[in-house]
Amino acid sequence: MVKITGIEFRNPTILASGIMGTTGASLVRMANSGAGAVVTKSIGPEPKIGHPNPSMVKLDCGFLNAMGLPNPSYADFDNEIKIAKEGADVPVIASIFGGNAEEFVRVAEGLADSKPDAFELNVSCPHAEGYGATIGTDSCMVEAITAAVCDAVDAPVWVKLTPNVTDIKSIGKAAENGGAAAVVAINTLRGMAIDINSGYPILGNRFGGLSGTAVKPVAIKCVYDLYEALDIPVIGVGGVSSWEDAVEMIMAGASAVQVGSAVHEGVEVFADIATGIEQFLQDNGYPGVEDITGLAHEVI
Amino acid sequence: MRPINSKITKIVEETPSIRTFRFDTSLDDAQPGQFVMVWVRGVDEVPMGCSFKNGITVQKVGDATSRLFEMKEGDSVGLRGPFGKGFTLPAKDENILIIAGGVGVAPLGPLADEAISLGAKITTILGARTASELVFEKRFSEAGEVHLTTDDGSAGTCGFVTTVLADVDVSVYDRICVCGPEIMMFNVLKMLEEKGAHERAEFSLHRYFKCAIGVCGACCMDHEGLRVCKDGPVLNGSLLLDSEFGNYKRSSSSQRVKV
Repeated sequence: MVKITGIEFRNPTILASGIMGTTGASLVRMANSGAGAVVTKSIGPEPKIGHPNPSMVKLDCGFLNAMGLPNPSYADFDNEIKIAKEGADVPVIASIFGGNAEEFVRVAEGLADSKPDAFELNVSCPHAEGYGATIGTDSCMVEAITAAVCDAVDAPVWVKLTPNVTDIKSIGKAAENGGAAAVVAINTLRGMAIDINSGYPILGNRFGGLSGTAVKPVAIKCVYDLYEALDIPVIGVGGVSSWEDAVEMIMAGASAVQVGSAVHEGVEVFADIATGIEQFLQDNGYPGVEDITGLAHEVI
Repeated sequence: MRPINSKITKIVEETPSIRTFRFDTSLDDAQPGQFVMVWVRGVDEVPMGCSFKNGITVQKVGDATSRLFEMKEGDSVGLRGPFGKGFTLPAKDENILIIAGGVGVAPLGPLADEAISLGAKITTILGARTASELVFEKRFSEAGEVHLTTDDGSAGTCGFVTTVLADVDVSVYDRICVCGPEIMMFNVLKMLEEKGAHERAEFSLHRYFKCAIGVCGACCMDHEGLRVCKDGPVLNGSLLLDSEFGNYKRSSSSQRVKV
C-alpha cells in the first residue's frame, strides 16, 4: 500500500494519461490488470478530434505520438469516470487540459460530480497549439492555473510537467507555489521522424512527443532534480517498462511511477512491475516504497 | 515500425465503388483478418484488412480513400503492419461458413484461400446491394459453394445475408467467419445466438483507430475494454454479446455515436 497526496494506492504503479484512458471500461480493464491507480485521457472544454493519422509510430528507440488531445469534452466524459469509479477498485485520476485558467476550472468543475480521486493538470502535451506545453513552459501560467483549479475543487491537484524546458525545477516550484499536491514528471520529449522515401514527416502533425525506453534517462534526471527542489511528492513517468526501471525511478525520488508506452508489450505490465518492486523491497529488507524514495540522494 | 514505401503495381476495379490495389510490398506473415495501416501521405492513415498478402480492397468513403482512388499504378503509399489478430485458421476437414457483405469480403478472401490450402471445406454467403457490387464471387466459388444475395434481387436471393442464413443448418459448421457492415454482422450474431452457434462465430470489426498498436485506447469497446486494433479486429461472437456491438461506437473525438 502506498499513500500519496492523501490517496491510498494498492501498489505504486499508475496508468499514465493518454493510454487506454478513453473509456471507463478500458480504465477498469487496466485496474484489473494490476495498476494501482489509473489516469484518464486528457479531457478538455470542447469535443476535439485530434490530429490526422499517423498519430503514433513505433521507432527502434521508442514511440513518437501526436494524438492532438482527442476527447469528447468534460460534458460527455463524466459518465466514463463514473463507470471507472464503479468498476475499478483503485483511485481514478482525471487528467484535464484547457487554454487558460478559466477553461481548466470549467473542466475541473464539470467533472467534479463524477468524483475523481485527484486531478492531473496537463500543462505538458508537446504538440497541441495553445494547450499543454504552450502553458507548461511558463511558470507564471502554471502557478496561476494550479491555484485556480485548487480553489475550485476539493480533490488533490497534480501537475504533469514537460521536460521541454530549460529548468524543470522552476516549473515544478511554480506548481508547488500554486498549491499542487504533487508533480508528475515527465510528459513526452519533442521529436520527429521523416519518411526518406517521400520526404514527408511521418506524423500527421509533423512532429510529436517521444516516449518509451529512449526517454528514461531524461525522466530519471528530471525526477532527481524535482525531488531535490520540491517539498511535494514527485510521481515519475517516462520509459518505465520493468520493475528495475521503476525502482530506479523511485530511487531518483519518485513516490510512485506511471506506465504508458509499455502497455504495448501487454496489459499485464502493471502486475509484473508491482510484484517485482515488492519482491525487491523484501529481498533487500526495505519496509516500503518510501524507504527507497530518493535513495540516490542519500548515498552520496 | 516506420511505414514501408509501397508502390502500387496493379489496380483492379472490382465494382464501381470498390477497387483492389496490389503493391510491390508483400506482407508474407500476414494472417487472414489482420490489417495494415495505409498511409496516404499528406492526407491520413487508415486501417485496411489485407485482401491479399500484397493487396487491399477498398471502398471510397473518405478523404484518404478518395485520394487513393485518384492514384495510378506506379504511385506509392506507406504501409505498416500486419497488425491485430486475424481469424482462427481451420484444421483439415473442418467445415467453414463464410458470411461476407459488401467490401467486408476484403479479409475473408484470404481466409477462403488459406482454408482451402489447409484442407478445410468452405461455404460462402456473399451479399451486396446489387449484382454489380458483388466482390470476389469467382474467388469464393473456386473455394467452394457460394450463395449469392442482393438487396434488389439482381443476383441470387433477393434480400440480405440473413435471408439466406435463416435457412442454413449452422450445426454442420465448425466455424462461421463474418465481415460486413456492423448492422449486418449484428443481425448475423443475433441469428447465430438463436441457433446456439455464436461461440463458433468470429467477426471482423471496424472502429476508429488512432495508434493501431494497442496503446492509445481510442478503439476500445464496452464493456470489457477490448482494443479492436490489438485484441481484434477479429473477435469471437461470445465477446460481442452484451457489448456495444450493434448499438454504438466512438467517433474521432471519442463521443458515442449510434451504429
